[in-house]
Amino acid sequence: MAGRTLYDKIWNSHVARDYGDGSALIYADRHLLHEVSTPQSFLAIEVKGHAVRRPDANLAVPDHSVPTRDRGSEIADPQARAQTARLAENVARHAIPFIPLSDARQGIVHVMGPEQGFTLPGMTLVCGDSHTSTHGAFGALAFGIGASECGIVMATQCLRQKKSKTMRVRIVGERGGWLSAKDIALALISEIGANGASGHAIEYAGPVVEAMTMAERMTLCNMAIETGARVGMVAPDGTTYAYLENRPMAPKGAMWDLALAHWKTLASDPEADFDRDMEFDVTGLAPYVTWGTSPEDALPITARVPDPAWASDASKRTRQTGALSYMGLEPGTPLIETPIDKVFIGSCTNGRLEDLRAAARVLKGRKVADGVELIIVPGSGLVRAQAEAEKLDRIFLEAGAEWRYAGCSLCVAMNGDRVAPGERCASTSNRNFEGRQGPGGRTHLMSPQMAAAAAVTGRLTDVRDLQELSS
Amino acid sequence: MMPFEKISSRAVWLPEDNIDTDVIYPARFLLIMDREGLGRYLFHDRRFDAHGNPIPGFPLDAPGAEGAKVLVAGDGFGCGSSREQAVWTLLGHGFRVIIAPGFGDIFAANCLKNGLLPLTVSRELATELGEAAAAGSVFEADLETMQVTVDGREVIRIDLGEKQRQAMLNGWDETDILLREDGDHIDAFEAGHRQRQPWLFHTET
Ligand code: SF4
Repeated sequence: MAGRTLYDKIWNSHVARDYGDGSALIYADRHLLHEVSTPQSFLAIEVKGHAVRRPDANLAVPDHSVPTRDRGSEIADPQARAQTARLAENVARHAIPFIPLSDARQGIVHVMGPEQGFTLPGMTLVCGDSHTSTHGAFGALAFGIGASECGIVMATQCLRQKKSKTMRVRIVGERGGWLSAKDIALALISEIGANGASGHAIEYAGPVVEAMTMAERMTLCNMAIETGARVGMVAPDGTTYAYLENRPMAPKGAMWDLALAHWKTLASDPEADFDRDMEFDVTGLAPYVTWGTSPEDALPITARVPDPAWASDASKRTRQTGALSYMGLEPGTPLIETPIDKVFIGSCTNGRLEDLRAAARVLKGRKVADGVELIIVPGSGLVRAQAEAEKLDRIFLEAGAEWRYAGCSLCVAMNGDRVAPGERCASTSNRNFEGRQGPGGRTHLMSPQMAAAAAVTGRLTDVRDLQELSS
Repeated sequence: MMPFEKISSRAVWLPEDNIDTDVIYPARFLLIMDREGLGRYLFHDRRFDAHGNPIPGFPLDAPGAEGAKVLVAGDGFGCGSSREQAVWTLLGHGFRVIIAPGFGDIFAANCLKNGLLPLTVSRELATELGEAAAAGSVFEADLETMQVTVDGREVIRIDLGEKQRQAMLNGWDETDILLREDGDHIDAFEAGHRQRQPWLFHTET
């Protein structure tokens, strides 16, 4: 018998009905809810009189539209206030477990879920948010769905799905000391392309991935969607189990042992066939930044702004020209000569404790450049508390940064945080789409350490240079 | 969802690749909790400046584009976010068919839940149809015959599973269908799953 991949194994163990045409009814073990993608889902099931099949399989938290500046008073924006209140009402009516804004555990769905042990290997997990791929870092089959599908899952615990093709990305080579998971993710997207893996489920493997922490694996899987793949995953191993053991919602005692025995069977079989198999060598890779309006527009920080005249075809040329004009960049200029106005460190890509530590290492004893605004937004209330326990907040405040409360913040400009038209932002989030951080706002994606370096110099900066200057 | 009735109209051509969901429906409008009346936000920041004044030149606002039910787009249309508002705004504006060399996976799934028909074609055919759209050709799409025609000539054979075709023709709601046709399968699977992986059913904190 041919070997099976991690994806095949999880898929096969969740088929409630095989339709025999490459599609199946897939059972969803878990559903994460937030305030933005679910109001219409609740409405859809309620007009039909459907009940929520398994309230305990759901977990809700407000994150997208919540303000990050303060938490004491009620939400100032009436629309955001209404949306957050609507989530609380909806989940209360259906007895769905809920983490309110005032709770210390509140945070971005994709940071909070793993933190609580809600995410486990071998499970299927869905959420009305494309970056649900993040949870694949645990060896879960996790993918983003639309609002209609959120309603379908609540009512039936299932979804009709077409099986994806599989793609393995083996990450190999010597990883440089300053090379973050974000740099690897950006370099990979520029190689695969923004739609290069559409229709595929990616499995990240190889020695570099095996050596990664859970935070790094989450960063990598988070950005799988930016290659067009709905799913990114890593086989669970000792690192995964050590992270999960004793998390509040993870199994305990005999149940843990039972689960662990199952999880150890999940890795792709050695003889498993992938529809696509690629190797990616990180040896000698420089930190990456984006210059355009798609995550695939990424280059090493040592490069220059590309010239559309060299684009391989006409449609690429048109897109690049448009992107450069939106970004206000001149072809041929060294990327490090690009001045910035704002810096955002946070999001479900890079809002975990390890990310804040990486930023703090750069910011320690330094000051944010004149005229630059740096905001640091922890991915969850627990990340915020841990960072404060390590006194990272002091480093941030002394550097002149703003230290915020948990939420999506400047990753998606719908919560009061916004980049103004024409302003340029160094951002640790995942999308540099036009208007993503506010209409007319210009986004350069990078790692937390690179964003911190940009904050200090006021321009796009190779963090390695900064390190040499100071040592 | 809205039943898909045979359509006949002109088409709009938007040749750009990677038109993402933020371009289709900017994030700040996600604070709106309705799904009706979203058509006016379609491609908002490409069509209106910071003061709300129209930006001339966007294909959607070109003369002859009014009433178009077909959009011919570039590769990767709808990549990015899972926001279903991207589909609701296109429907709200009047579109019923999107033709492109490729779509964001989640966007395409969302289309089918709402009666918006995403049709994947080769890049060459997309360009050819785009040029026909720009020249004012009449596009027809029919789920009875499974044909798309341009000025009466068949250009696409629609490839949709029979279940999906029936659902779109009749405007069926997927939850209803699942509960009716698959309810027993779900019950049986869940009972077995609970035995096989009991830890997934203990979620108390
Ligand atoms: S941080 Fe950004 S990408 Fe992540 S869930 Fe929030 S809005 Fe989505």
